[in-house]
Order: sequence, then structure tokens, then C-alpha cells
Amino acid sequence: MNVQLFALAIVDGVSYAALVFLVAVGLTLIFGVLRVLNVAHGSFYAIGAYTTASVGGAIFAAGFSPWLAFPLMIVAAVLVGTLIGGPIEKFLLSRIYHLEDVLQILVTFAVFLILEDFQRLVWGVQPLFEATALNQLGTVTVFGITYTAYQLIFLPVVAVLVLVGLRLGLRRTLTGRLITAVTEDREAAITIGIDAEKVYLITFIVGASLAALGGALASATTSVVPGMGADMIVLSFAVVATAGLGQIEGAAITALMIGLGRSFAVYVWPEMQVLVPYLIMFGVLLVRPQGLFGGIEARKI
Amino acid sequence: MLKTILNTTTALAFLTTAAFAEETPAEVKIGITAFLSGPASVFGEPAKAAAEMIIADMNANGGIGGVPVSATFIDEGAGGEALLSEYRRLVESEGVDAMFASISSGNCTKIGPLAEDLKVLNIMWDCGTQTIFEENDFRYSFRTQANATPEMLSTLLYLLRTKPDFKTIAVVNQDYAWGRDSWAIFSAALQQLKPDAQVVAEFFPKFGSPDFSTEISRLQALRPDVILSTSWGGDLDTFVRQASQRGLTNTSTLVLPLGESSLERLGDALPAGHIVGARGDHYFLHPEKINDPAFVAFVDAFTEKTGDVPTYPVFHVSQALAALKGAYEKAIADNGGEWPSDEQVIDALEGLTFAGLGREVTIREDHQGVEDQLLGTTIRVDGYDFALLDNMMMFDGEPITTPVDQVSSEWLQTLTPAFIDSVPVDTFQHNN
Repeated sequence: MNVQLFALAIVDGVSYAALVFLVAVGLTLIFGVLRVLNVAHGSFYAIGAYTTASVGGAIFAAGFSPWLAFPLMIVAAVLVGTLIGGPIEKFLLSRIYHLEDVLQILVTFAVFLILEDFQRLVWGVQPLFEATALNQLGTVTVFGITYTAYQLIFLPVVAVLVLVGLRLGLRRTLTGRLITAVTEDREAAITIGIDAEKVYLITFIVGASLAALGGALASATTSVVPGMGADMIVLSFAVVATAGLGQIEGAAITALMIGLGRSFAVYVWPEMQVLVPYLIMFGVLLVRPQGLFGGIEARKI
Repeated sequence: MLKTILNTTTALAFLTTAAFAEETPAEVKIGITAFLSGPASVFGEPAKAAAEMIIADMNANGGIGGVPVSATFIDEGAGGEALLSEYRRLVESEGVDAMFASISSGNCTKIGPLAEDLKVLNIMWDCGTQTIFEENDFRYSFRTQANATPEMLSTLLYLLRTKPDFKTIAVVNQDYAWGRDSWAIFSAALQQLKPDAQVVAEFFPKFGSPDFSTEISRLQALRPDVILSTSWGGDLDTFVRQASQRGLTNTSTLVLPLGESSLERLGDALPAGHIVGARGDHYFLHPEKINDPAFVAFVDAFTEKTGDVPTYPVFHVSQALAALKGAYEKAIADNGGEWPSDEQVIDALEGLTFAGLGREVTIREDHQGVEDQLLGTTIRVDGYDFALLDNMMMFDGEPITTPVDQVSSEWLQTLTPAFIDSVPVDTFQHNN
């Protein structure tokens, strides 16, 4: 493997890791605060992608500026997170926080199945594709290989912005500090008068919006198909478990490891590509069962 | 004693008459298995819509021998076990006369023996694995279209006739039975027909993979003359789009044996000059049917109803329905105009020739259908916002289908480069 291929594998790995990170970070954020492993997280990813692709297709066909594709992604992500994620937390999850972990997982799994059928009902089964955003940014040539600027530059930049934004938001803003307080010690936070219910709702909406943003960004590069949410949820579980549940920077580093591992596999040993994320997870959990960055906790899923 | 003999004789006589003069039923019931959920519903949903249209049309024109047809659908996406029990329920409790199963080769393999147990006519209406009739001797199952061997072989023949000088080839197939098996057939035939072709990369990305960036980077570095992908649905769409976005379609010729089912969705992502197949002679602008008013009316009605042009599963289900109708009509004629027994219908299917929306198909003695294969090269035409086919070749199905009692993997080893020009072919250009 020469230097050129090595560099290419890194470039490929980074752009893939960016998407995986966006979905996984929402999942880990929700878990960190709500202590619920949200299986329906994959649905937000899929619905974000469907919404962006279908609305985008409609407005570009109507002749609007293709640059609207970028604000559309943010609008779609926030709408999906708020209008679908909000009611799910408010009316369903808020009733089950006192129940056992297994029951919580079953409930979110049920929500996932309902939302899968909801997608079929609304968008049908034919794959959708809407690559206006990607085409707007053009291509970049690296070592004689053509990349889309969208995947090479835009996605990693968005991922880094989200990472920095979350970090700053959680440390510097009042809401962020409230969220951090509830994450650290729920009982103590409630005792000093923090409205935990509100914190839960906000966290869930932010987490769901991040998953939807992942889907919105992915919709420019991939076919939006039934079942895409299920694939993503499995991969982001692997990321979150490897990183340690609730670890935001950990999710970023693990997503990068998995992205790079996967692209190196394609260059060196394509047969192993599918296994790589799980081998990394397996290796890490064997040595550190709490995950790379997770602390020891009394409560475990 | 005499009484017993008399009774037995009467009973026997009754049984015999019963066998030859079945009461005409109120309806002919069919059960159709198809993916109505999951990624393969890109095939199941159009086929279901088409089956409903064709059956409504049949019933408006006297059904089968004057008896109306009704269809029940089973979702293959529910999983193997659910499919088998639902299949059994339709046959045993609902008294279905014929089953059409299925899209997935894995499901066809499981259902074959079940149909033998249940003694029910089973038309394998879409699945492609060549092993079904090579490894089994079924009485109750028939396949009303080609299988993977002629589909792959015709793809290779088209490639060798249109681009005989290519040197290098890479493959990007889905990592499951079809992706692996289709490449095994294609590469075995390639070894025989063009031994100097070099396979430079073999990729089997995960089924349903959302991202082929790394594969595309490697393919750009390798620059193969030809890239084969037998993928379908969202996987194929994503691969072709990502390849086209990054200019891979300018440097390599794509060969997409199932590309016909993605043409419309791919829109402008698939440029001119790439090779597309259709698992048979299936094309909404079928060069021999384009002036047939019934064909054009069906295509228009289908497009009107579903919003999409018909793709190969629509043709496949039309062939299965035409075979069923043909078999019943032949069995009724053979039975002196009386309604036939199930076994008589099954006897009638062997050797039957019928036509769905495409060319005629004939069922061989091993119950495998012999179907001609259409391939073409993409062309951009004004008035369509997706690629159409030009330089079409229709290969005679008979010489490219593994002979009866032979196994594809061994038969392919007997081919020589002389085979390329020995297969009869009709050529057509795109005609405005």
C-alpha cells in the first residue's frame, strides 16, 4: 500500500465518519440525559432524509434557487426533531422513565416500527434521490481521484461544527449547563430546582434533530430507501457502545476510527469491510467494557 | 361380499368420473408472494399493481375459461417463516388453485419442496437462481422466465459483441446470494469466452450500503475498462449516482444487468454509453411491441396508475399470468371442454408456449422457462428525463440457457470463444 492509497483511504474514511458521528452523537446525547436507549433514533435519521429529499425535489422543480438546499436541511432537521421527536418524548417517553430498561427499549422499538410504516405510508417504497446540494459544491481532485467537495469538505466541516457547537453549548449556555447538571446527577439537579422534564424534552428534541440532520445531509449522497434507519441505528449503537454511553467527544473519535477502519478495509481486504465496525467494538469492549471514554456506572443497559 | 364389491365399484366409478369432470369453480384463486416491504418492494409494488390491472382486464374479457380470477398477496418482506406459514394457509384453508412465488431466490428454494408437499401449482414468477431446476426435480413448480445463467451470459455476450477489446474489469455486487452467484456465473463464462480479460477488483459491499465512496476512489485509481454491477434498487441507484457525481462514468463503462429497473429513477445520473440489461426482454419501449396498441395501452395505463413506467417485475408477473391462463385453456381443450383437474393443468404447463407483455416464452421439460434476453446501451433522448436504450440486442434464449439435465457451473466450462457469434441475435435501434 503506497502513500497515495494511504492518503485516499484517510480521505474516504473521514467523510464517512462525519455522517456516522452526526447520528451517533444525537443518540449518545439522549442517552446521557434521559438514560433511555432510543431505538427510534434511526427513524429520525430516515425521516430527516425523506423530508429533505421530497421537499427539495418539489421546490427545485418549482424553480427555486438550488442554494436553498442547505438551509432546507437545517429547517427539515429542526422540524422533524421538534414535530415528531417532541411529542414522542412529551407524551410517551415521559411516562416510562421509571420503568425497567428493557421495557423502555421495547417501547422505543415499537415507536421505531410505527415510524417505519409511517414512512412507507407517506413516501412509498421507491428510492428517492435529491443531490442538488452536492452538485452545487462541485468536485475536487486529490491525487488524481475526483471527490465531491460535499463529501470531502462540507460533511467533515459540519461534523466538526456540531461537535464544537455542542461542547460550547453544553458548557457556556444556561440550557447547556442545566443539561449537564441533569446528566451528572439527576436527583441532585431536581433537588436544587432544575425542571428536569423540560431538560429532557429539550435534549430529546436536540438529539432527534441531530439524527434528522444526519439524514438530511446523507440524502444528497445516497438513495433514500425504506430500511435506511435500521442500518444507521445499528452502526450508531456500535459507535456509542464503543465510545461509552453519553460521551460526545468519544463518539467523534470512535466514528472516526470506524470510518477509517472501514475505508482501509476496502483498500486492503474488502471482504472485511462489513465486519470492521463490530471488530473495533468487540476489541474495545473486551478491554474496556464501559467503552473507550465511559466511566464506571452502577446502572447499565 | 357381493355388496362390498358393488359398493367399491360404484365408489371407484364415481371417483373416475369426478376426476374427468371437475365442477367449474366460482373463481380461480391465486396467491402471489411479493416484497411489499423492505428494499425489494421496488419490485413487489409494481408487480402487484400490474397483476391487479392484468387480472381486472382478464376478468373483463371472460377470465380463464369463463371463470373470474382473484388474487391474494403475501408480503415476502415478513420473513421466511411467516411466508411459509402464510403460503400453507392460503393453500390449505383458502383453497387457492395456484401460487405465484416468489421474488427472492431464497424463498423460491424454500417454497419448492413445500409446493410438492401441498400438491399445489407453484409458478416461480420472478426468482432467478439457476439451481432450482438443476438440483431438483419438481412436479408442481414451473418458472415462467429465464434464470441467472442466461441473464448473465447474455450480458457478457452483449459486452463482448459491443466492446470486444476491453482488457480489465471490476465488479461491485451486493454481498448476498444473488451478488455472489451472479458474479460466479459471469466470471466463469468470462474465463471461457475471453480468457485474457483481467479482473482487477472484486467488491461486495454490504447489502443496502448507503455509501460507495471508498470503492469509487479505488476504482478511479484502478481505471478498469468495464465495471459490472448486478446490484438493484436503492443500492444500484446510489452506486451509479455516486459514480457519476465523481466522474467514474466518464472513464469506465458500467455494465448493469438489472439497470432497466432503475433507469427512470436514475434520471440524468446515468449518462449515455453504458450497458443495461432487463432480466429478459423487458422494456417499456420494447422494440417489437412499441407499435402494438394493447402493449402501448397497458404501458400508458400503468404509468398513469403508479406514476412510473413499468419495469421487469411487471413483465414477469404478466408472463406468470399468461402461463396460468394458457395452461388452463390448454387443459380445458384437452379435457373435451370440461373444467380440468389441478393435475391436468400441471400436465398442460409442460411444453407450454405463452406470451406476457414481451416475446413468447416456452416451458421446457425441466419446467424452466426459455426466455429471450434484451440488452442495450444507454442513450439520452429529448423528451425523456432519463436514459433510454439504443443499440439493443435480443438474444435467443434457447442456446444461452443451460441444457436440460446439465448444471450451469459445469456447462459454462464447456463454452469456447466461438460461442460468442453462434448465438442468434436481433438488433434494434432506438426509434423516435
